[in-house]
Amino acid sequence: MAQCAASLFDPQQIEEIRRDLLKFASLQLRDHALAEDVVQEALAAALTSARDFAGRSALKTWVFAILKNKIVDQIRLQARTTNISALSTDEESMDQTFDSLFKANAHWHPDHRPAGWGDPEESLRQQRFWEVFDVCLNHLPENTARVFMMREFLEFETPEVCTQLGITTSNCNVILHRARNGLRRCLEKSWFASGERPC
Amino acid sequence: MLSCKEATRLMSEAQDRKLGLGEKMNLEMHLAMCTGCRHFKSQINFLREACRRYVDESRQHKD
Repeated sequence: MAQCAASLFDPQQIEEIRRDLLKFASLQLRDHALAEDVVQEALAAALTSARDFAGRSALKTWVFAILKNKIVDQIRLQARTTNISALSTDEESMDQTFDSLFKANAHWHPDHRPAGWGDPEESLRQQRFWEVFDVCLNHLPENTARVFMMREFLEFETPEVCTQLGITTSNCNVILHRARNGLRRCLEKSWFASGERPC
Repeated sequence: MLSCKEATRLMSEAQDRKLGLGEKMNLEMHLAMCTGCRHFKSQINFLREACRRYVDESRQHKD
């Protein structure tokens, strides 16, 4: 007989899962109240589904899958009322900064040529790195972040991202390139350049 | 001959679609000669890796 999954988990465990997912959802939606709602709905859906969970990891994986769908629904809704491909001043200034990395012949300016990051894998094991990563993600302009996160966090293929958000493929490419370069520069400035690693 | 700026676009697109043979050859040729772009490539590859890790951390419970 199906058993209510909620009874298998103590409130503190649920609260921990909720906290992690809330962070994830807030980052994607940029709206804390909305993020709380989707996480709550995802949790409720998972806990009442009477699925047999092998443990807390299984529950979290399941809630996460539900959450991803709910986030996509919200992004799709938001896309209906915003013009994702419209350039905000933030995006324009990112493009100007990008252009300034190059000389007139479109080759790297010597001062801005990307440097080696040493052993970046090591950074992934450091708590402080993830804090910087969060700041850099939050620093991306809203629409740029939305496209980037659908691609990299919700792991949609690019054509799907374009379709869902109603933008052209070339637009999608431009936005993803902007996001990647912005993040790269932010990490370089805030993490790799200030660290102990010599370049 | 590809410029560095064009090369960065191709490297970004390579994360989203399979490049054509011509694009791939041009890019490889450019990368063979350009340290800056080789670093750019490892940096955006690292970004992808970091995003994957970020999602995994959110998805899984850390025991």
